[in-house]
Amino acid sequence: MDYVFHFGPILDRWPLLLWGLYRTLELSIISMVFGLVIGIAGAVAKVFGPRPVRAVASAYVEIIRNTPLLIQLFFIYFTLPFVGLRLSSNVAAIVALSIHLGAYVTEIIRAGIESVPAGQIEAGKALGLSGRQIIRFVVLTPAIRAVYPALGAQFILQLLGSSIVSAIAAEELTAVANNLAMQTFRNFEIYIVVAVMYFVAVQVFSALFRWSGRKLFRWKV
Amino acid sequence: MVRDFTFNEAYFLLISARWTVLLALVACVGGGLVGMVIAGLRVSPSSLLRRLSMGYVRFIEGTPILIQLFMVYYGTAFIGLSPDPWSAAAFTFIFNSAAFFGEIFYGAISAVPVGQWEVSRALGLRFVPTLRLVILPQAFRLMLPPTVGLIVQIIKGTSVASLIGFTELARTATLINTVTFEPALVFGLVALIYFSLCWPLSLLGAALERRLQVQQRRSGPLSKGAPAQPVAAVAGPD
Repeated sequence: MDYVFHFGPILDRWPLLLWGLYRTLELSIISMVFGLVIGIAGAVAKVFGPRPVRAVASAYVEIIRNTPLLIQLFFIYFTLPFVGLRLSSNVAAIVALSIHLGAYVTEIIRAGIESVPAGQIEAGKALGLSGRQIIRFVVLTPAIRAVYPALGAQFILQLLGSSIVSAIAAEELTAVANNLAMQTFRNFEIYIVVAVMYFVAVQVFSALFRWSGRKLFRWKV
Repeated sequence: MVRDFTFNEAYFLLISARWTVLLALVACVGGGLVGMVIAGLRVSPSSLLRRLSMGYVRFIEGTPILIQLFMVYYGTAFIGLSPDPWSAAAFTFIFNSAAFFGEIFYGAISAVPVGQWEVSRALGLRFVPTLRLVILPQAFRLMLPPTVGLIVQIIKGTSVASLIGFTELARTATLINTVTFEPALVFGLVALIYFSLCWPLSLLGAALERRLQVQQRRSGPLSKGAPAQPVAAVAGPD
């Protein structure tokens, strides 16, 4: 074994790596926001919607959760141009990641909604809250609080899963790593460095998420 | 050269699914076995072993499987290895899913009340016999639902192996898409194949989960060593 590790050529390109990390975080966080919106809408539709709406929401969740993200990504990236929507790979990546995450968030928040006791909703009605107010304050807020850790775990999977969008040449950390590997042939070093970057990003993200949970949901039960 | 998407292409896709199934099987069996070792280490009496296995799990869970795959496939040249895509994928998926299996098994083991360990010790059982004869039989029904969920995640996750050129379902799909230029048809059919592999398992997992909840409600948290809380569903690589 006469291999000498050379981290130099990689660490020299640190601005590129940092830019890749920034892009990964950008893709992840944008898709988290959209995924959360889709998920809340989906969960409300699945629990309170009329039968056809419930059926559509369930079909969406089952289809997305039982097919790979990579296939969803390819489907969106290659099929949308046929219906006249030519998306750049970065936009297609955000669309696919959001639709993907939305299905998981729907299920998580639905579980949270079902953990809200029926008496609580009745109490809201007795206090004269409107249907909209009940859903927002009496159902969703405690529901999201109950599933906040599960939501965080799913967001972390999203952060890691976003590496897949390098397959359609979207620009993010994994794509940067692949380019650097082709330029320097220091494959092992590059992927180690990038793995550490993802690892640190995940630890920081999950710490921030826990902290924000404590800030957001301060009241005691 | 543009080819039509005919029955032949559809058939080609369908039979390439066997590589997806094979890789998933290897990952589940191999990963399950290594996962058992990891779970055993996580509850072992030695704190060094406990910490090492926990570090391993955290590393695998904290980095993308795609990077792990690239590390094994492109990055092993420095020890003189140049694995073919199949071995690289099999190796990566076994050791990736092992961490997730390990977490599920560990969660189920630690849900068994501590009293069971103490009683076994009082009866003179050592660590391994305690685990095998007392703890695992009780932990087994707890690990079943999340294990089925993880298998679904693994089947979907194998699609990532296409990115190092392992010709399974997802890669066959991209190959056929480039010659037929029928992405809606190709990826729609491939999604359907994945769906028909995963959905029955998802339904099974949900049914097992419901049955476990019913059992727990009936038996109460303390009788027969049933756990006070269900094992959290573990989502795997995707």
